[in-house]
Amino acid sequence: MDESQNDMIVQVKNLKMYFPITRGLLRRKVADIKAVDDISFEIKRNETMGLVGESGCGKTTTGRCVLRLYEPTSGSIIFTGHDISKMPERKIQRYRKDMGAIWQDPFGSLNPRQSAGGIVGDPLKVHHMADKSELKDKVAELFRIVGLDPDMMDRVPHEFSGGQRQRIGVARALACSPSLIICDEPISALDVSIQAQIINLLEELQEKLGLTYLFIAHDLAVVQHISDRVGVMYLGRIMEIADSWELYENPLHPYTKALLSAIPIPDPVAEKTRTRIVLKGEVPSPVAPPPGCHFHPRCQMAIPECSQARPPLRDVGNGHYVACIRV
Amino acid sequence: MFGIGKKKAYTGLSRGTRIVRSLTLIIPSIVMVIMIIIALFANLGWIGLPDVGLAPHDPNSTNPRDKLLPPSFIEGGKSDYFLGTDRLGRDIFSRVLYGARVSLSVSLIVILITAVIGTILGILSGYKGGRTDAFIMRVTDVALSFPALLLAMLLWVAIGPGYWTVVLALSILGWAGYARMIRGESLRIRESDFVAQAQVVGASTWRIMFRHIFPNIVNSLIVIMTLQVGMMILAEAALSFLGLGITAPTPSWGSIVADGRSQLDRAWWISAFPGICIGLVVMAGNFLGDWIRDKLDPRLRQL
Repeated sequence: MDESQNDMIVQVKNLKMYFPITRGLLRRKVADIKAVDDISFEIKRNETMGLVGESGCGKTTTGRCVLRLYEPTSGSIIFTGHDISKMPERKIQRYRKDMGAIWQDPFGSLNPRQSAGGIVGDPLKVHHMADKSELKDKVAELFRIVGLDPDMMDRVPHEFSGGQRQRIGVARALACSPSLIICDEPISALDVSIQAQIINLLEELQEKLGLTYLFIAHDLAVVQHISDRVGVMYLGRIMEIADSWELYENPLHPYTKALLSAIPIPDPVAEKTRTRIVLKGEVPSPVAPPPGCHFHPRCQMAIPECSQARPPLRDVGNGHYVACIRV
Repeated sequence: MFGIGKKKAYTGLSRGTRIVRSLTLIIPSIVMVIMIIIALFANLGWIGLPDVGLAPHDPNSTNPRDKLLPPSFIEGGKSDYFLGTDRLGRDIFSRVLYGARVSLSVSLIVILITAVIGTILGILSGYKGGRTDAFIMRVTDVALSFPALLLAMLLWVAIGPGYWTVVLALSILGWAGYARMIRGESLRIRESDFVAQAQVVGASTWRIMFRHIFPNIVNSLIVIMTLQVGMMILAEAALSFLGLGITAPTPSWGSIVADGRSQLDRAWWISAFPGICIGLVVMAGNFLGDWIRDKLDPRLRQL
């Protein structure tokens, strides 16, 4: 394994995740929901990759595929050098301790019947990474890392506030010192003031522990802030992928432009002159996506060729890739 | 200002309603405790004191001179026989006390067996889904639709009557209700993020089922179990009444009722007192079950 391989935590290649729709007594397959339709990206060590897009665009499904909660329809997921996309659960087991997850809902993601300490210690127990005597110390250490008082270990989740619960979730994700943490909308269920705390915590931990994140969110400003690279998803495909600052300074895809134009500017003068690109219509159904470029029915720049073939992700320099024939 | 000074918590219920509500808890609890005491202390032979106990007579000793005596509080009754005697001169009071043992223990044993089987199958079915689920649920359907009496008769023929035949007959079909209910709950919990998290961590199926799903359905389980106490006592009584259960001379409430059936016109007390006991315990069980359900899991109202 050469050096560059070693530096890649995850390489996703041509990932497809189709969910079959079955009907009738015999459960015949009548169609597929193309939740993720042929996407590729990679995440380097110690980097944060952001995925943005509207709800239903497949970003959560992508995250769940990387975690192997779903077995992808096709494509490969190379996690620290091993293709886990088709691996049976028994074999994935040993890579599981290198993955962590932080969930959107700080209420649903903690078992209401387990103590906070039990929740955080659970991954350690599953992977036999601590015996009984060490466990308590390790959990207390994790509590301190995320800014919780270790004396609260014996409390159950409903005794904590939303922000504290999310900290418990972060501590649990860190328990086995994973090399990759998938953050699935980790802040969208929190108050704005708490959001900032959790974001700062995540950044701080990344610096201290050398973590790698796949950060899934719909809040563009937050993603720009935390990510090194950002991928923009629309209807199961990546439309544009670039370094964070490059994407926000120089958006090329019409969809990215529309998304960015929706961010309010915190300056009343500039805000007045902000031109919004308002998209017409609704997101089409992922069961029957439009032909060619998925975005063309709502695109202002669309030409007849757009509905002919799927535009490939083109390298436009600077590590900037865009899937549009009009730029 | 704004009536905040009022110290008493507003419960939204009038005083009368609250008293009635608390009585529906207190009275059934007292009934249950009394019945359990009766069952335990009818005789203390089980802790090595065969001569001590609440029962004044041996429940099976016959006394031809004292047959069909009415209860002591009715004209013609003897003070020795508080609830009268049957056609063999056996003391009804002692028989009812001993019968409590059989009736309560059968229902407890059956509830424990069926709850364990039903919970395991229910969680497995709900969590695993797919073929496992389809298979378990079809078996459940069969168990729910199979006539319990027919099964009891088959067992009666196959292994003969007796205490354990009753337990077996009630257990073989009884788990299905639990399995149905627990499966539904497990299906709901399976979708929660904390189960997905456990999968991400790599927890085994067994661990997810019993560390993550089971603790979240315990409330529902306890509720069904308490509601089943009455059902099982009734079922045991019915089987014994029909002669498919506990056999003479061992007293169980159902068999005493059956015993008195032929003398109903002359000696109503033989059937009446065990019948009243059955009624009281079943009612107490249901009231307690309702109360526990409202406390633990109000979503189950429809059960």
